[in-house]
Amino acid sequence: MKDAENVQLAEALAPIRDMVKACIQCGTCSASCPNAFAMADTPRRLWRMLQAGEVQMVLKSGSFTLCSACYTCTLRCPRGLPLTDAMSALKQVVAHQDALRFASTTLFYRKFMESVRRHGRVRETEFMCLYLTAMKNPLLPFQFAPLGLKLFSRKKLDFRPPSKGGDARMDALFQKVHELENAP
Amino acid sequence: MKYLYYPGCSLEGTSREYDISTRSVLKALDVELTEIPDWTCCGASAAASVSALLSLALPARNIAAAEAVSDVNDILAPCSACYLNLKRAEEEARHGAEMLPRLNAVFESEGLKMTGRMRVRHLLDVLSQDIGADRIRRNVSHPLSGKRVAPYYGCQCLRPYRVFDNPEKPVSMNALIEATGAQVFPWHMGAACCGASHMNTHAAVGTSLVTAILKAARGADAIVTVCPMCHMNLEAYQDKISQNCHDNLRIPVVYLSQLLGMALGLSETDIRLDMNLSEAAVFSAGSSIVAVR
Repeated sequence: MKDAENVQLAEALAPIRDMVKACIQCGTCSASCPNAFAMADTPRRLWRMLQAGEVQMVLKSGSFTLCSACYTCTLRCPRGLPLTDAMSALKQVVAHQDALRFASTTLFYRKFMESVRRHGRVRETEFMCLYLTAMKNPLLPFQFAPLGLKLFSRKKLDFRPPSKGGDARMDALFQKVHELENAP
Repeated sequence: MKYLYYPGCSLEGTSREYDISTRSVLKALDVELTEIPDWTCCGASAAASVSALLSLALPARNIAAAEAVSDVNDILAPCSACYLNLKRAEEEARHGAEMLPRLNAVFESEGLKMTGRMRVRHLLDVLSQDIGADRIRRNVSHPLSGKRVAPYYGCQCLRPYRVFDNPEKPVSMNALIEATGAQVFPWHMGAACCGASHMNTHAAVGTSLVTAILKAARGADAIVTVCPMCHMNLEAYQDKISQNCHDNLRIPVVYLSQLLGMALGLSETDIRLDMNLSEAAVFSAGSSIVAVR
């Protein structure tokens, strides 16, 4: 069972491994990363794990969720590797394979997309309600309360109720994307 | 000068003052904007973390919608995240031969088609390169003399595409700030990252990035921004960060379009400093415009 899981994961990570296979481990990315201080594994270490095929180690690390896509590493990489895209690709794999463990990141993005799919544009208030509900943490909303109050006082909160199905205006586009991406 | 205008979701939500002031300033400078009809979300930073094709199809749909309305070739986006997403779709469609038909397949049922003639431009690009500091200076009626302004660029209007500025040591805002009569506050944080959505998903990490920026801005009268997400991060958490640091790190944060609007003598209804979460009114006090809260 564990082996089957590993094979599946290795397949998902293969294109990302290709993106960084020319990495020379110079560490310019780690030195340039504004979030490296908070990462258990710096970018350079993640690329090495990928090169070595240590797929479980990459997933377990999860440090790629700390990439804020500032593109400084991509800009400075002496090998010209698409490092920020590699970080995004890792987030995509996680969104499909291990969504629960990285709930705060994957749910945040998924709920954002849910609001876009409904209306074509994101409704910030609806999106945050969807996110906070999905996180199922009764304390989390309080973390956002001061910001909510500030936005409220500037009349920046949108009180249109979350529409269950919405007008589903983007369904066709989302479906077509899904079709094309899953085509053999 | 004519541009197709892509405001993006933030500009009709939490950063409405950026939309209002951008339209007002460009109108005052005789720039004509046509809003892309029925525009939709660019995918923000969310789509790229969910699906690679979706992250290109969402912005590309808007480029196709822009092509359908007029023969103008430039799309103007004030939001840096929208700008980068649209720019990436433009670049991928131009360089990847298979990508353009793939994208067109996604929105053909809507009757939209992208040919690739559109050029995506950031507001700062248009202000600094097309309009230029000289033209702005000639229109300044209320110089912001004596104010020290820290230019904050953030990431996405600079990187990864080198378009109108140095991606690591940007300077394009300097001449614009000087044109208003204000001084450029010298600092090293102009191109630093604000943490983007970390403030929501990894709050402690986001907070430390923003704290470093606010500390470096000490001594300036305001920070000026060109991105709704940076703007929100820099102004919304000042109270909490000041408490954490046992220090007053509160500082007015204004959009570049609001700064220019003040110098051009536009009215409060044209730049809406009252909508900023930071104390933008403190910054405008002493100039002719006083925000009313």
